[in-house]
Amino acid sequence: MGQDVQAAADNSSAAAAVEPILDVDGVTLQYKTKEHLITATYRVGFKVYPADRFVLLGPSGCGKSTLLKGVAGYMTPVEGAMRLKGREIHEPGPDRVMVFQEFDQLLPWKTVKQNITFALMNGGKCSTQKDADELAMEYIKKVKLDRFEDTYPHMLSGGMKQRVAIARGMAMEPDILLMDEPFAALDALTRLQMQEELLQLWEDTHFTVLFVTHSIEEALIVGSRILVLSPHPGQVKAELNAHHLNHSNVGDKEFSELQSKIHNMLFADRILEDELAAAEGAAQS
Amino acid sequence: MNTLPQTVVRPEFEASDLDAANHGDVARRLTAYERLSNMDSVRKFSILILFIAAWEIYTRASGVSHFLLPKFSDTAVALFQAIWSEQLLIMVWNSITILVTGYAIGLAIAAVLTTAAITTRFGSDLLSTLTAMLNPLPAIALLPLALLWFGLGSESIVFTLLHSVIWPVALNAHTGFMSVSETQRMVGRNYGLRGMTYVVKLLIPAAFPSILMGLKIGWAFAWRTLIAAELVFGGSISDTAETQSGGLGWFVFSNQMDMQIPHVFAGLFTVILVGIFVENVIFTNIEIKTVRRWGMQTS
Amino acid sequence: MDTLPQLVIRPEFENTDIKDAHTGNIAVELSIVEKIWNINGIRKAVILLGLVITWQIYTVALDVEPLMFPSFLFSLERLLVDLFTGDLIFKIWFSVKVLLIGYSAGMAIAAVLVLWATASRLGSDFIATATAMFNPLPAIAMLPLAMLWFGLGTASLVFVLIHSVLWAVALNTHSGFKNVTETLKMIGENYGLRGVPFVCKVLVPAAFPSILSGMKVGWAFAWRTLIGAELVFGASSGSGGLGWYIFESSQNIETEGVFAGLFMVILIGIVVENVVFRNVELRTVNRWGMQR
Ligand SMILES: Nc1ncnc2c1ncn2[C@@H]1O[C@H](COP(=O)(O)OP(=O)(O)OP(=O)(O)O)[C@@H](O)[C@H]1O
Ligand SMILES: [Mg+2]
Repeated sequence: MGQDVQAAADNSSAAAAVEPILDVDGVTLQYKTKEHLITATYRVGFKVYPADRFVLLGPSGCGKSTLLKGVAGYMTPVEGAMRLKGREIHEPGPDRVMVFQEFDQLLPWKTVKQNITFALMNGGKCSTQKDADELAMEYIKKVKLDRFEDTYPHMLSGGMKQRVAIARGMAMEPDILLMDEPFAALDALTRLQMQEELLQLWEDTHFTVLFVTHSIEEALIVGSRILVLSPHPGQVKAELNAHHLNHSNVGDKEFSELQSKIHNMLFADRILEDELAAAEGAAQS
Repeated sequence: MNTLPQTVVRPEFEASDLDAANHGDVARRLTAYERLSNMDSVRKFSILILFIAAWEIYTRASGVSHFLLPKFSDTAVALFQAIWSEQLLIMVWNSITILVTGYAIGLAIAAVLTTAAITTRFGSDLLSTLTAMLNPLPAIALLPLALLWFGLGSESIVFTLLHSVIWPVALNAHTGFMSVSETQRMVGRNYGLRGMTYVVKLLIPAAFPSILMGLKIGWAFAWRTLIAAELVFGGSISDTAETQSGGLGWFVFSNQMDMQIPHVFAGLFTVILVGIFVENVIFTNIEIKTVRRWGMQTS
Repeated sequence: MDTLPQLVIRPEFENTDIKDAHTGNIAVELSIVEKIWNINGIRKAVILLGLVITWQIYTVALDVEPLMFPSFLFSLERLLVDLFTGDLIFKIWFSVKVLLIGYSAGMAIAAVLVLWATASRLGSDFIATATAMFNPLPAIAMLPLAMLWFGLGTASLVFVLIHSVLWAVALNTHSGFKNVTETLKMIGENYGLRGVPFVCKVLVPAAFPSILSGMKVGWAFAWRTLIGAELVFGASSGSGGLGWYIFESSQNIETEGVFAGLFMVILIGIVVENVVFRNVELRTVNRWGMQR
């Protein structure tokens, strides 16, 4: 089945011209806990091309975060392989920077600027403190946080912290930026603003990003291509295009149609599961 | 339903000339006395003065035997005398040298234990078993064994100090490391931090509130153990000739034996001063510069 | 900007055939051996057993002089003999009794001081000054004075115990009260609570984590002070507690007796910390979600 997915992607003629940055090939990821062995994703395959805003979309618990952790190198797949620019991923590294959902991802003992320079210096992006400072300030300005560069994180609001994390991720200029529900803990207004800012920043440099969300609307707005995953254990349901949609399309006919199409895909399983459970119940009685 | 209260509709109005209003005192500077009495240090200092005055007056007025409670003035004189002519400072220095030696070695051993505990599961089990057993064991109880193994001397005291430092420090550091959030660990590894750099640049700062707490508890236990050990030690060593090389605890003990009560009080004052210096100057400064500034204070 | 990488538009696709999804083992049980080994208590018991066996083998195999380092079984035997036929049990009771008296008296005085501190600024300043002064003073250093004032007896012990408990508890309780959020205090006043009921029903529960940690530190200091004081006392007079039992054994060069005493000290320490305080914690701050 993993082969099917690959075949589908390979069919594209445009894809032949550009090499994919990230190639996830039939990957199964498992957790071993004290009591159980849990399969989080099952033979998932997809390819991310340069400048993609690639969204992983799926119901809670389907293994989106797990996939991202796999790509980041925190977990090794039990089958299949993940390749970044042709090289297999086996440990975390600064060529894939992760932005987390949690607010505590900033190091509390460093100021906003130091958080970014620390990443730049240790990730090997900059060799002198001066370069690092300059680059950090450039990105702090991009996320509109100048004036706060010498503040410690505990004095920032949630949205500001996420901004710093995004600035940090982009300043590192990784091959691919990994974002795990970066806006999920924000209020609706701030989230909208951050989505717009992200798209704005993308216009500047066309960076590649792998973005996890469980909001269909956010996927359509932010994403250029959407991978829909089935419920636990996560498997590929579909890959859809959304590069032509952004905030201004919210409420359009096309937008709503795509929205309800994805909604149905995610829901189909639940209905199927309910039917199965009902059938089982009937069989038992 | 005529009994329900009804809305009373009344005319609207807008205030037109707010600027012209006379508010009286909007912000009045407090009087000098009020400001002075709002300063914490001033109030605390005056309490201290009051306390000393009460002590002096009580001892003079009631004529209580100076063997039971010497006058404050006598105690102060005794303190100066002890400093100038009886080598009190050298004794303090002796105590501090032993304390620092024990504390430093203890920290090193605690560091090794904690490293083992965070890298292997066996190490972690070993550490938690050992701390569960040995942390509640007062270090001073080991002094008889230490005297047996190492004889009468500073080795024995250092041994008991080690015991009083290792367990609280290792325990707190370990829990600190274990509770570093998963997100922060992943962030560190994402930057490509590995091995020692990962520990030094990420784990230690992230676990610092807990480590500092361990260091403070370790200090408190070590200081208490040292004074107790010197008191006990004083008892067993006083018949030998080694008089001038004792520590602060011994100063208190020997003066009590000689019924030099003002000197006993002077010794206690010195113990308090050293304690206040370490807790309120050294540790508080570290705390202000690190965990409080970073907003990582754990209550 | 032609240099920027451009989006690669590729056809969409849907995967309609994911019925065989559940072929992989979604949740496989671990084997029984793995499960048992994962229980913390079992691993720790094994380690403890390992340590004891090492001790026993080391002393027996190398024929270590029992005066310097007696074997485990020898020490254990001494403990059991003294416990059941000797008067060790009374000595333990003596220590525990003194400890309880000192601890509760210390707590009571701390409560009065803190009440005064919540009622007036003078009290608050007094407590701040007094704790800053006396907390860094090891209680054991007061023992020479105590013996002078109260003679060689239980009263002196109780005095130093009070000193060791009082400041730690007062300091933590007072700072706990000060850190209770303004909101909670206003809610309490809103309910019409004033004075002592306000303190008992609002401040104490809200500051309980801090109070409890003060009580734990107080216990740790008190336990250390008591054993230390009994050791010093051992040198001066013959009133018997657990510390004195250790001292006596070491004076008689019965090292196995020293170890037997240490076993008891550890045992009592573990019971108080892991049974008494742990249970209080489980029932209060853990259940209230104030502490994980
Ligand atoms: N540390 C872990 N140990 C064991 N199982 C885990 C762990 N983390 C996740 N899982 C399991 O793996 C599955 C996938 O989890 P994952 O966090 O990847 O989901 P997700 O798609 O990110 O969900 P959400 O949208 O809620 O964040 C879940 O069923 C979960 O039970
Ligand atoms: Mg997730």
